[in-house]
Amino acid sequence: MSIRVDGVSKSFGAFKALDNVSLDVPQGTLLALLGPSGSGKTTLLRIIAGLEWPDQGRIEEDGTDITDRHARQREVGFVFQHYALFRHMSVFENIAFGMRVRKAPQAEVKARVDELLHLVRLDNLGSRKPAQLSGGQRQRVALARALAIRPRILLLDEPFGALDAKVRVELRQWLRRLHDEIGMTTVFVTHDQEEAFELADDVVVMNEGHVEQRGKPDEVFDKPATPFVMDFLGNVNVYHGRVENGLAFWHGVPIDYPDYPHAQARAARVYLRPHELDIARAPAGGGPSAGPEGTSLPATVLRQTRTGPITRITCQPSQGGSEFHVDLPSAAARELGLQPGEAVSITPRHVRVFLPDPEYVI
Amino acid sequence: MKSTPPSSPPIRRGRTRTVLPGFGLSAAITSLMIVGLVIIPLAVLILRAASLGPAGFLAAAWTPRARAAYAVSLGASLAAAIISSLLGLLVAWVLVRLEFPGRRILDALVDVPLALPTAVAGLVYSTLYVEKGWLGQVLVPMGIRGAYSRLGIVLVLVFVSLPFAIRVVQPVIESLDKDTEEAARLLGASKSQTFLRVVLPGILPAVVTGFALALARALGEYGSVVFISGNMPFKTEIAPVLIVSRLEEFAYAEATAIAVVLLGMSLSMLIVVNVLQQRLARNAQ
Repeated sequence: MSIRVDGVSKSFGAFKALDNVSLDVPQGTLLALLGPSGSGKTTLLRIIAGLEWPDQGRIEEDGTDITDRHARQREVGFVFQHYALFRHMSVFENIAFGMRVRKAPQAEVKARVDELLHLVRLDNLGSRKPAQLSGGQRQRVALARALAIRPRILLLDEPFGALDAKVRVELRQWLRRLHDEIGMTTVFVTHDQEEAFELADDVVVMNEGHVEQRGKPDEVFDKPATPFVMDFLGNVNVYHGRVENGLAFWHGVPIDYPDYPHAQARAARVYLRPHELDIARAPAGGGPSAGPEGTSLPATVLRQTRTGPITRITCQPSQGGSEFHVDLPSAAARELGLQPGEAVSITPRHVRVFLPDPEYVI
Repeated sequence: MKSTPPSSPPIRRGRTRTVLPGFGLSAAITSLMIVGLVIIPLAVLILRAASLGPAGFLAAAWTPRARAAYAVSLGASLAAAIISSLLGLLVAWVLVRLEFPGRRILDALVDVPLALPTAVAGLVYSTLYVEKGWLGQVLVPMGIRGAYSRLGIVLVLVFVSLPFAIRVVQPVIESLDKDTEEAARLLGASKSQTFLRVVLPGILPAVVTGFALALARALGEYGSVVFISGNMPFKTEIAPVLIVSRLEEFAYAEATAIAVVLLGMSLSMLIVVNVLQQRLARNAQ
C-alpha cells in the first residue's frame, strides 16, 4: 500500500503544526520522519493514521482519497511511544483485541495470536499482564497487536523512545529484519538521527511544520540540503565566515569552495564536521603559520572527552575565537597523547557552506 | 601505644531507617485520633445498647416500626448510591473530557452540597416539590410526588452523596491514558466497545469506591431527610429519624439499640463493597 500526503496543513490554535506538507511513501518503504519536537512529525503521522484531520490537503492510499475515512476504517497498524497496552487484559487478549471487536471466530483468533506471539518472540507470555513485562517486551506486544488486524500500513510513533539504550538498538535491528520479511509500508517518527539512519530506507527531515529534506540516509548525512538539517544532524562546528574567489574561510584558513567563484566576498556559514578535521601536534617552536602553505589552523587543546570508541578534542584557535571539536578514534587519540594546553595544527578535509538568502546579505 | 581493635560502626537494630520525616509521631497521632474519635464513641454506643440485655435489645431494635425504618433507610440509600455513582461517572467524565464555557464553575459547584447545611437542602427540596411548589405544581398532577415521599428521600440523598461519587472518579478519569482509547479505535473498536472494554475496566474500581462513599453518606444522612420525607412511620421514616424520635422520648438505650443495628448494616455493606472494589482493582491494574 503506498501513501501519498498532498499539501497537508494543520494548525492547533495559533500554532501551525504542518504547513503544506507533501510526501510520497512508495509501497514497501520503511520511512523515517526525523525532526525535533514541535516539528510536526507526530502530527503528520497521526493525520496519516486518521487520529487527526488536516485543515487542508489530502491523504491518499494507492491513489484513493482517504482523508475523510475514520481511523477505525483505515486499517492501519499504529504503535505508540508508551505502548498504550490495555492494562487489564492479558498479552493474549491485547493482541486479540482487534480481531475480537471484528467478531472473528475463536479458532482463528487463537491461531493468529499464537502466530504473532511467535513472531515477536513472546511465545510463552500470552497469559501475562502488561505490567509483568519489560519495556521491550511491552513494545513487542504493542507491535503484535497492531499487526494482528493485518493492517495495510504500519505507523510507529517514537517506538523506541521509552526504552533503554541497549534494548532500543536490539529492537530496531529486529524491526528492520521484520520489515524485510513482511515488506509492509512503514512510517516511523523519531527524533534520534542514529535510529532514523540505521533503520530507514528513506529519511524525511522535518522542521517547523515543513519538510527540510528527503533522501536516503547517506544523502541526507553527506549532502544536507539546508543549514537546519546540518545543525540538526548535529555534531558539527559552525563558523560565521565568508566566501570569496572559490574559497571559504574558516578562522582565516582558506578551504576550496568552487561553488562560489565570484570575487565579491559574502558572509557565509561554514560547517565542519568534527571527524573531518585532521589534528597534529604543532612542530616545536613552530609559529602560527605551521602546516603546509598556511592551510592549517594553529590552535590550543582545551580538553579531551572520551565517549566510547570516539575521543572528542575541544580546541580553541590560537588567535582567539570560538571553540570547536575534533573527533578522533580513541586509539588514535591515545597514540597522539595530547595534553590540555598543547599547541596543535588543524587541517580541514571537507567543508560545507551555506550562503544566506540574498535578501539577508549585509 | 596500645593498638585498639578497629571499631565497627554501631549497628542499629529493630528500626527501619528512613529519610521520610515524622513516621513515629504521625503514627502516634493517627492512632490517638482513631481511638478518640471513632473507637471510644462506638464502644460506648455498643455498651449502652448492651445494657438492655438480649431480649430488651430485640424489643427495642426489632419492632415492626424499626424494621420498616431500616428498610426505608437501606432502600433509599442504595437507590441514591446507585444513582449517584452512575450520575457521578457521567458528570466526572464531562468535567474532565469536555471543554465548554463554564466548566470550571460547574466543577466548583460540585462541592456545594458538601458545604451547604443539609437541612437547607431538605427545606428547599420540599418547598420545590410540594403540591404548590415550582416543580410540584407540574409534577404532582403527573403523579410524581417529590415531597413527603420515598422519592423525596432518594432525591435529597442523591444531592448529599453525589459530590463523593464525582470526586472519587474524576482524578481516575484524568489519569486515563488517551493513547489506549486511540489504540482501541485504530484496532477497529466502536465508541461503545472502546468505552466498555477499554475505559470502563480502568475506572470501575473508582466507581465502586464512589458508590461505597455515597452509600455511607446516604445511610447517615438526617438533616435533609427530616424535612422532605414527612417522617411517616412505616412509610417514609428512616432509621436516623427514628433514633431521634426515641431520643425525644428519653428512651436512650432503645435509641442506641437502633443505632447499633444501623451501624452493623452499614459496616457489613461497606465490607462487601470493599471486597468487590479490591477484586476489580486487582483485575484492572
